[in-house]
Amino acid sequence: MSPTDAVGLFAQLQTRDRTGEANCVSEDGFCPDWIADNWQRYQDPFVEHVVLTLVSVAAGFLIAFVLALIAHRRQWLIGPITAFTGALYTIPSVAFFFLLQPFTGLGKTTAIVALTCYTLLIIFRNVTTGLQAVPAEAKDAARGMGLTENQLLARVELPLAAPEILAGLRIATTTTVGLAALAFLAGAGGLGAELDQQPYFKSNVVVAGGLCVLLAAVLDVMILAVQRFTTPWQRASAS
Amino acid sequence: MLVGPSGCGKTTAMRMVNRMIDITDGDILLDGESVKDRRPAELRRQIGYAIQQIGLFPHLTIADNIGTVPKLLGWDKQRISTRVDELLELVSLDPSETRDRYPAQLSGGQRQRVGVARALAVDPPLMLMDEPFGAIDPINRERLQNEFLRLQKDIRKTIVFVTHDIDEAIKMGDKIAVLQKGGKLAQFANPAELLMNPASKFVEEFVGADRALKRLALQRVKDIDLWKVAQVRVGEMSADARRKVEDADLKSHVLVVDDRGRPHGWLAVNELGSERVPDGAHPGGEVEMDDILRDALADLLTAEARYGAVVDGKGVVQGALSIEVISRFLHEAPTDSRSGADLVEDPAA
Repeated sequence: MSPTDAVGLFAQLQTRDRTGEANCVSEDGFCPDWIADNWQRYQDPFVEHVVLTLVSVAAGFLIAFVLALIAHRRQWLIGPITAFTGALYTIPSVAFFFLLQPFTGLGKTTAIVALTCYTLLIIFRNVTTGLQAVPAEAKDAARGMGLTENQLLARVELPLAAPEILAGLRIATTTTVGLAALAFLAGAGGLGAELDQQPYFKSNVVVAGGLCVLLAAVLDVMILAVQRFTTPWQRASAS
Repeated sequence: MLVGPSGCGKTTAMRMVNRMIDITDGDILLDGESVKDRRPAELRRQIGYAIQQIGLFPHLTIADNIGTVPKLLGWDKQRISTRVDELLELVSLDPSETRDRYPAQLSGGQRQRVGVARALAVDPPLMLMDEPFGAIDPINRERLQNEFLRLQKDIRKTIVFVTHDIDEAIKMGDKIAVLQKGGKLAQFANPAELLMNPASKFVEEFVGADRALKRLALQRVKDIDLWKVAQVRVGEMSADARRKVEDADLKSHVLVVDDRGRPHGWLAVNELGSERVPDGAHPGGEVEMDDILRDALADLLTAEARYGAVVDGKGVVQGALSIEVISRFLHEAPTDSRSGADLVEDPAA
């Protein structure tokens, strides 16, 4: 929405008489007045959505990262872990929630467990390929200079794999924002719950859906900023 | 200097020194201590390490690359920074221009220098270098080699240097180990010995058919016994000139010099005349004491002369060089021409 649109919209809000609003709503239309009156009902679902996303991605990152580090020292584990996280990734979310219910019941935990599982494949794969892409000669030089395996990891391998790792994090985050819209099926609320309540009401769909897109975009830009900040050498190489 | 065809085990031999490859049999001693008794990481920090692919860390600035090992050893920031500048200057890079750049912003030759500087960072007594100039174009390689020889004169490190290039080995090495496929030591000798007396057919082929010429690259004009030559001046008594010829090694010609002893040209003995030495000497080749023999021979051949006047830095005649002198030198037993810094330990020995 461009600034001029916003100003126009605001002007409409001021001048329109409220009967127009009632008509618009009854026709399931796109009603700026209704949005202005009702935006507060999206506040809690939005916060739920953010929490679901952040907690799931953080947990997923932690697990996948540790798995990738373990597999980095024992390369034979990469295949099995990729297969396992890949299998998790293919389970339809509705089925996943249903399968989890006997253990975690209905609510946030179920949703978070499922969402976390969905991030594993992407993050594990990107951390692993990032570490594998570290130039062999840099590793050889590092070992030859007397870096221990842990120092090699911390000072050479992880910094060099950072762009790939953060790229994985971006994809995982965006995906999770989208998947969290289904978390209401597990009773975890979120913007999906709002969508589900009035799926044919355009104003509702635009606001709830728009907030999802906005959240995904903002998180993506934030990670991108981190990536640029932590890898100044990448821009230097390009110049 | 470890030299040999690919797959002969020269890199393997080098990598055993800092335990990048573990020793299964035998031992390597550094200062009398077995490398097997040292912890690998700690051992490696005390041995400079430079490889062909350089292996600079792309995500670190040049200063941080060079400062890697000092940082591991816990040097303070100020000391590391001073050392980095010192090293950059040592390898002919401008510190203010280079230190904050990333490896990708440097040329191949500059990166190679940074690699050497990084290997020298904590002033290790021993350095391992695996084809450090291998990936550079011939012109820059030659320049880096010369620079490194000059550098080595000051820093006097024990260096285990791996190369597949026999010319580089001869140029850079004090002692050369020629390795054969299967890690077999074919010969261990100084460069002159290697060229003069190859121990086997393999070594002979490896050093190449032009090994005689390569020997000429090892020595300078001042290293060999020059001919004494009769120096005469225009207008001198012919009889005096003839007497000088008696004492000289060169009996057929005299060298006409000017008042300051600089060569003017050659006269055959039968051109000396009956009274005084006439003008009209034939110009000939001239070489300097500091020329390497190969260049001196080339000068003689270019001048189509059998003799060349040898002059010192001021242009004063010191003797004569002839093709005979050079050819006699080539048949002499090799002398230890290089003041070889003795390798403390050689992994291949």
